[in-house]
Amino acid sequence: MGDFKMPSLGADMEHGKMVEWLIKPGDYVHRGDVVAVVDTDKTVMDVESFEEGVVAELLVDVGTTVPIGTPLARITRTPDDGAGQAGGRPAGPHAKPASGAAETAVAAAAAEPAGAAAAAAAVQVPPPVRHLAHQLGVDTAGIRGTGRHGAVTRADVEHAAAARPGPAAPAAPAATPAPMPHGARVRSSPRARRLADQLGVDIGGVPGTGPDGAVTEADVQRAVSGHTAAAPAEEALPEEATVPGAEALPPKEAPPSEAQDRLSSLRRAIGSLMTRSKKSIPHYYVSTTLDLRAAIAWMQQVNEQRPVASRLVPSALLLKATALAAKEVPEVNGFFTDGVFRPSSSVHLGVAVALRHGGLVAPAIHDADTLAVDVLMQQLRDLVSRARAGRLQRAEMADPTLTVTNLGDLGVEAVYGVIYPPQVAMVGLGKLVEQPWAHDGMLGVRPAVTATLSADHRVSDGLRGGRFLARIDELLQKPEEL
Amino acid sequence: MNEQDARQAVQTAISQVAPDVDFDGLDEGSRLRQDLELDSLDFLRLVESINEATGVDIPERDYTAVATVKGMIDYLAARG
Repeated sequence: MGDFKMPSLGADMEHGKMVEWLIKPGDYVHRGDVVAVVDTDKTVMDVESFEEGVVAELLVDVGTTVPIGTPLARITRTPDDGAGQAGGRPAGPHAKPASGAAETAVAAAAAEPAGAAAAAAAVQVPPPVRHLAHQLGVDTAGIRGTGRHGAVTRADVEHAAAARPGPAAPAAPAATPAPMPHGARVRSSPRARRLADQLGVDIGGVPGTGPDGAVTEADVQRAVSGHTAAAPAEEALPEEATVPGAEALPPKEAPPSEAQDRLSSLRRAIGSLMTRSKKSIPHYYVSTTLDLRAAIAWMQQVNEQRPVASRLVPSALLLKATALAAKEVPEVNGFFTDGVFRPSSSVHLGVAVALRHGGLVAPAIHDADTLAVDVLMQQLRDLVSRARAGRLQRAEMADPTLTVTNLGDLGVEAVYGVIYPPQVAMVGLGKLVEQPWAHDGMLGVRPAVTATLSADHRVSDGLRGGRFLARIDELLQKPEEL
Repeated sequence: MNEQDARQAVQTAISQVAPDVDFDGLDEGSRLRQDLELDSLDFLRLVESINEATGVDIPERDYTAVATVKGMIDYLAARG
């Protein structure tokens, strides 16, 4: 029981902007359910609830920026009678179809005679319900309200959407009953949502042409510029043509400056965090050359027998070896807070991901030391693609215990990273190069990578740091055991 | 597959991985990794998209042959 608050999504975060609510008053949320989408200066993230109970009230509107710790929603153990139309609904998110019917029955029992209800319906549409109707493309004027004093409820809108005749359904997947708390959500990319937000367009009113009717950036731009002819889904959604606001609103800002704004806020966030790091952490640096002959030969042999989708890249092996070594040398893995180092018993490996428009984020692969290389590879692919799409989860941003930057993938031979506080180390991996290699008095050529450790002198010395890098190299000599 | 189809397939796949690439002014001699800034994961996704769209599987040993946009188009045109 209690408030759902704006969480801290990283050491450098001071405030967050509510981008989207995935819950509504009356929903039952479990601990861990994703309930909202929050924009930090760095990226857009899904945020889960730490509370379990019924949503009594949403305290922050979409578009509002608030400091960490600000209550965002009131969550109670029992439904609150005063919480509005849907307040009396003990609906679990996994029981939605059934509970929707139950709600209607209960609401109908309390309703006034039908004539009065119909007359009142035109005015009795609470804003959240109106928003839902808008998202689903349902006209509330045509709905008979079954709520108190004839008010239109969410269930009424959902029924109306479900009962709507065929053609509209494919283009409005949100209208199909989905056993999820965010069943009524419009499918759209985060970039499309951001653009819509900037341009003042209600994304619920934009016909989507993406996969499964998802709204794309181009759809949003079309909605603004009025170039609707190019949208193939347009004919399927006649009622969308009457959506108010799409063309009436002039763009507040052109898209390029939106991207610029994001980049400069990301730049500022990185700048302030790195300044803090360099001011407070006494860095030292050690580096070694990793012999990748065995690892690359093993990887090529494995990849030879695999379809593209399950092929490995060298990064997966390097990350796994790094995670295992961090488990053995705890001085590089953990947090330094309030003057004390607290080693972490788990290795959550942060992976620095360069974003295509500039800037970077470093979300975590959880328990990387325990994952099979194949699993780690899949998680790496998933994490990088979501990081670039601006769709990360709270925990991924908040809790890496050690970060790896693999800048070498794009060309440099060595990377001397700056530690992300409150972490105490950063591993830099350079590019894979063929190097002349002396071994047993003979000269040969081997693939190699320069690994650099930036570490916190308050916690470890060069000797331990060097041991950590040497372990990575040792582990890579037996890739089949990683 | 003729060259035009191959070019189309390569452009479609690249725009999935790197939506910001502008093909109008693109020199086909551009290197995918260095010039278009695809990292190893991007490149893997590109190879995967091309495989799904055209059925052509590019094994790892041929990666050097498909390092440029033109190289990728020629590779597909010869095998698709």
